[in-house]
Amino acid sequence: MPEKIKIAIAQGATCSGCDIAVLDLDVELLRLFEVADLTFAPLVSDVKLKDVEAMEDGAITICLYHGAVRNSENRHIAGLLRRKSRILVAYGACAAFGGIPGLANVTSRKKILDTVYDDTATTVNPEHTRPQTKYVTPEGHELQLPELDEQVKALDDVVEVDYVIGACPPTREMNVKLLQVVLDFVNGKAPLPPKGMILASERTLCEECPREKPEKVTVDEIKGVDYIQPDPDKCFLEQGIICFGPATRGGCDAKCIKVNVPCRGCMGPTASVIDHGGSMLSAFSSILRVSGSETALPEEEIQRLVAKMRDPLGTLYRFTLPKSLLKRVVSERPPRKE
Amino acid sequence: MTEEFRPRILVFCCNWCSYAGADLAGIGRYQIDPHFRVVRTMCSARVDPEWIMEAFRLGADGVMVAGCHPGDCHYIGGNYRTRRRIALLRSLLSQFGLDPERLHLEWISAGEAEKFASSVNGFIRRVGALGPSPYRETAARTDGVAAEEAAHA
Ligand code: SF4
Ligand code: SF4
Ligand code: SF4
Ligand code: FES
Repeated sequence: MPEKIKIAIAQGATCSGCDIAVLDLDVELLRLFEVADLTFAPLVSDVKLKDVEAMEDGAITICLYHGAVRNSENRHIAGLLRRKSRILVAYGACAAFGGIPGLANVTSRKKILDTVYDDTATTVNPEHTRPQTKYVTPEGHELQLPELDEQVKALDDVVEVDYVIGACPPTREMNVKLLQVVLDFVNGKAPLPPKGMILASERTLCEECPREKPEKVTVDEIKGVDYIQPDPDKCFLEQGIICFGPATRGGCDAKCIKVNVPCRGCMGPTASVIDHGGSMLSAFSSILRVSGSETALPEEEIQRLVAKMRDPLGTLYRFTLPKSLLKRVVSERPPRKE
Repeated sequence: MTEEFRPRILVFCCNWCSYAGADLAGIGRYQIDPHFRVVRTMCSARVDPEWIMEAFRLGADGVMVAGCHPGDCHYIGGNYRTRRRIALLRSLLSQFGLDPERLHLEWISAGEAEKFASSVNGFIRRVGALGPSPYRETAARTDGVAAEEAAHA
């Protein structure tokens, strides 16, 4: 029986769905605990950060970090767990690509604080108070709050990461596979996989999708999934519903597709793609039907056709905005006065 | 510091029509504002949205895509895809905070030297009036931010 390895589950800017995804291993967890000790996992055990700080560097064998990096505490935890862990895994879409919290990059830190502390209808704050990162109580206790960063980042934007696992959250099947990778490593049965994206396919989701797809898909009109009852057997795109299959990595076993929901891209792009949204934009606009009278079609008509896609940015970069080429929204300067 | 703003403009031209039109504009010695670079692609549909976003990321102030007139694409329907893509990309870029005027689509045939000259000149003038792309600043600042955040951590 080899010595037990030490594992940790660290939280960044997370919804904790990823924590629950690990717990969802249920009975399989027993197999994990035969070979591993849980050293740090705020959701289930009372080990404090200072206990981790006291550990030797590299003392933790594997750390799963879930959630994005969006404040000074996230950065501190990311850096600390990087030092203390031999293997650091960006676990789930938020750690891997910024994920849903990454959508905060459509605005700025200032606007977020203004909205929360001033502009909402139910807020009364005549002094425009903002949270302070340090506060000393009248009794002399110093309290601290993390400082919000200007932009949301993925884990590998701030520290070196060994493995990346996509999905929001990783599926039970993916976690069972991950467990097997860990067990094989501990028992010396198989070496660790090469660094990078793991538990994912090199092909697109469309290639593992069970739906019938015609030789050539064309979209006549873009439809919102919330307004129609999708046919459970036909390709979503063919029905005019935006499905991220062509731009997204396989590996989730077509989870959403199987419950009649189009893919929104939580596995992230395939290896050959730099910008998930750009790649989907390209795939999608290529299948918008070309009418017979294209030569006579005015540009306004084209504009009208594509305007049916509501919120292109939020749709195209739902999980990957911080990893996109442009990364965040900017604003034009007002025109210069002469 | 009142140096005149010189926009950085990238122009994609398809090989069969627009590039030939650009060539002809050169031969015809049309006066064209020099603040642009041309990249030749086989078809306007070869211009990947990622390339356009990469150009903006690197600090381009405007990107123009030029292709054959509808009905004239050497690959039959390449430019029909291009116009859908560019339309969608323009609405995406405006959500990113860029003025959609910074991305321009133009149909220029092999014989339209004058149209090449006037549309490039017009585009450079319009982008010039908009001023530098806000992504120029982020392009220049990224390293600074990284360094500052590393110092924080
Ligand atoms: S990847 Fe999904 S489940 Fe995991 S923390 Fe992010 S939002 Fe939550
Ligand atoms: S687009 Fe969606 S529904 Fe169609 S084949 Fe791809 S994954 Fe399946
Ligand atoms: S179908 Fe798409 S959105 Fe659903 S789990 Fe798979 S990759 Fe994620
Ligand atoms: S070859 Fe000119 S647009 Fe296709």
